[in-house]
Amino acid sequence: MLEIPVVRQGRPYESLDKTDVVHFETGEVLAQMHQANAGLVRMDLRRSRASRDALRQLRPEDLIACCEKAADLFLSARLPLGNGTQDADDFCRIQSATTGLPLNMARANMNKIAFVLKNMGAILEALTRGLPLDILARGYGMEERGVMLSYQATTDVLGLVLPSNSPGVHTLWLPAVPLQIGLALKPGSSEPWTPLRLYEAFAEAGVPREAFSVYPGPHDVGNAIVEQCNRSMIFGGTQTVEQYAGNPRVQVHGPGFSKILLGDDMVDQWEDCLDILEQSILVNGGRSCINASGIWASRHTEEIADALSRRLGPVDVLPAADEKAALAAFTIDGAAQAMNTMIEDGLRSSAVTEATDRYRDGNRLVEGERCAWLRPTILHVSDPTDAMANTEFMFPFASVVRCPQNQMLRHMGSTLVCTAITQDEAWIQELCDARSIDRLNIGPIPTCALNWLQPHEGNIIEFLYRNRAFQNTLPPSH
Amino acid sequence: MDLTTAVARQRELLDEHTREHVRWHFSEETGSDFWLEKKKEFDFDPLTDINGFDDLKKFPLFEDDWLRGGPMRRWVPRAQQDRPIYVFETGGTTGIPKSRVVVEDHWIDYELFSDTLPDEFFPRGANWLMLGPSGPRRLRLAVEHLAQHRGGICFCVDLDPRWVVRLLRKGRTEEAKEYSRHVIDQAMTILSAGNEIQCMFTTPKLLEALAMRLLDEGSSIEESGIRGIFCGGTEFTPQWYRFAREELLGPNVYITPTYGNTLMGLACGKPFDPADNYKITYYAPQPRAVIEVVDFDDHTKIVDYGSTGRVKLYTMTKEFFVPGFLERDEGERERPHEKFPWDGVSGVRPYHVFAKTTTVGVY
Repeated sequence: MLEIPVVRQGRPYESLDKTDVVHFETGEVLAQMHQANAGLVRMDLRRSRASRDALRQLRPEDLIACCEKAADLFLSARLPLGNGTQDADDFCRIQSATTGLPLNMARANMNKIAFVLKNMGAILEALTRGLPLDILARGYGMEERGVMLSYQATTDVLGLVLPSNSPGVHTLWLPAVPLQIGLALKPGSSEPWTPLRLYEAFAEAGVPREAFSVYPGPHDVGNAIVEQCNRSMIFGGTQTVEQYAGNPRVQVHGPGFSKILLGDDMVDQWEDCLDILEQSILVNGGRSCINASGIWASRHTEEIADALSRRLGPVDVLPAADEKAALAAFTIDGAAQAMNTMIEDGLRSSAVTEATDRYRDGNRLVEGERCAWLRPTILHVSDPTDAMANTEFMFPFASVVRCPQNQMLRHMGSTLVCTAITQDEAWIQELCDARSIDRLNIGPIPTCALNWLQPHEGNIIEFLYRNRAFQNTLPPSH
Repeated sequence: MDLTTAVARQRELLDEHTREHVRWHFSEETGSDFWLEKKKEFDFDPLTDINGFDDLKKFPLFEDDWLRGGPMRRWVPRAQQDRPIYVFETGGTTGIPKSRVVVEDHWIDYELFSDTLPDEFFPRGANWLMLGPSGPRRLRLAVEHLAQHRGGICFCVDLDPRWVVRLLRKGRTEEAKEYSRHVIDQAMTILSAGNEIQCMFTTPKLLEALAMRLLDEGSSIEESGIRGIFCGGTEFTPQWYRFAREELLGPNVYITPTYGNTLMGLACGKPFDPADNYKITYYAPQPRAVIEVVDFDDHTKIVDYGSTGRVKLYTMTKEFFVPGFLERDEGERERPHEKFPWDGVSGVRPYHVFAKTTTVGVY
């Protein structure tokens, strides 16, 4: 039996509490995860400085080189995993088996993570706007243009309360390593695989193990991490987002409500956009916050909904190992059923109709013995104030919303990725100014096509470092 | 006496104790109004048909909702109506609380528990810190009595657990943490005031918070003078026990788990044995209280040794009679121990059906 201990600042710790990680379809126990307790986390994080100090033994450039090496190791090496070892195929297989994510998506996420590691130097160059990383490492330094700069780390350790739904999110914390910030990771209960493999890849590449803690455990372990770390990233629903709103110590990654807006100047050519719309909704099983959940246009909305449904409606459940599998299973008991009920409730509104049902050949909800799937669903919503106009579910789901262009910003609410297909300069300016939009794409760019040189939900440099004054000579008299 | 003989002897004592207490609670001269009234609903006569402990299964299950609201006097046995009466609340965070009347059971229970504490770590005459809930709870007075019974003085803090549960249910976690800090502040003040405290009752969460505050201030539980701690609650898991011994307290501070409530009294933990790998086994203070581990679907059926079931409590004292109550916990049935020659329960945790909806507070 694969047994995976807790990792406490690089040291394995065998807990007396263990939980089974099971195959989502068969229930077979695939591994036993040792569980941390909250007190243990608090005790370790009292010594969090040691994690940062371990990273500061290496220069940022050396750590970037380690990231590049770790990318190759993560992608292809046989690496330790608890009391066993794991190669890339084992990794994808077990990830798929415990999360319900099709194998092809496990591989795609693996490539995404490796890409970020491989390009860490360029990413940091972009996110710091060319700041010499030694200034971050030392705390101060003279820029080329002769200006003294000082940055102070806001935390010794970045806390992460991670989800199980999509391994792509692990890209978000990777820059912490070359930024010399230690990590306290609480993995999702069915997806500990990515953080553990990354930990081993980093260690094999030469990053000190002391920089990492991996704390599988119950909810209060996550609470202890958020409470103790001066900076944390957590993943959750709208309720979690609201709970931490305005808390500068916590960056919450919640639902994205990502959207594609078709401008009045382009909407008559809507058929040319179908590939982008489809891809934005369907990629990664619709699980990501960067998947589009809304398509907004002032006209042709019924035709758009129908054309998307013709493509997405027939998409059916396939075995996880099938290269064409496009849908991920819901492994939490009752989750898919609850979402299905919410959609059915939403359909009671006179403004809402389903476009996919006539192309689906079967029910939206497909129930397995220990899991369930939801097949793609496209709604047409004729009223932008209807609750279904701005809803997100973790499967290929989107509402095609009819809304005049000049009212879109007023009604569309918070949007993580907004792709606006338009050349209307005045409207582009309005979209640029809209604070409810995080990532803005102008032009035919799928919502899920991220350029890693751009910040995501805030710049991690600003989250982990504080720009402050530093003087070691008298300033000019005035 | 070998264990088998001791178990048989205890069983005889339990049967005798059962007969005596059923007589007491169902006789017109001594019984409480509650049970004398309830008797009318039974299709048997407790005075003639209850001849041993197993016969208690003839009673319907005790429902703790019966404990909500007054008049409290209906619970007091007629023979004790002239005694001073305490009333203690037993759980319930909203609405009318469940309450239990007590004359001196809390003293007796904790005097019996006192006999199980090692004098080496809970020295006679030592002072105590009661770092637990205050207010209308039996625990505060019981721990104070324990300290007094052992010749010490008990120092207490203000802690309203209902307020904390209310904050947590509303998602006001920062305020709950602030409240926890307020409680620990009180404990730190008491410990720093030359009160010569060597013994403590607390809960896992509060012990963690106190130990870490002391560490942050360059001290420790041991350096603060505390030598013995008893600690309760389902959060006292084997992993937490190990963490507490290895990391929070160090080798020179003794900690022992307890399990109990206002209905039953205090079950004590089997003495620490490295061979148990921190497994925690509780034994009820028989014959005054009995714990059974029963089938989830049939509470009259005791599970096999080592098997899992729901915790069922019985209480038989002169003040209170509970002929079978299903606790909100589950665990595994354990074999008798030479120090406690009757069944025990290990691995106590919230009953899996209820566990999903319970809010666990700071204490």
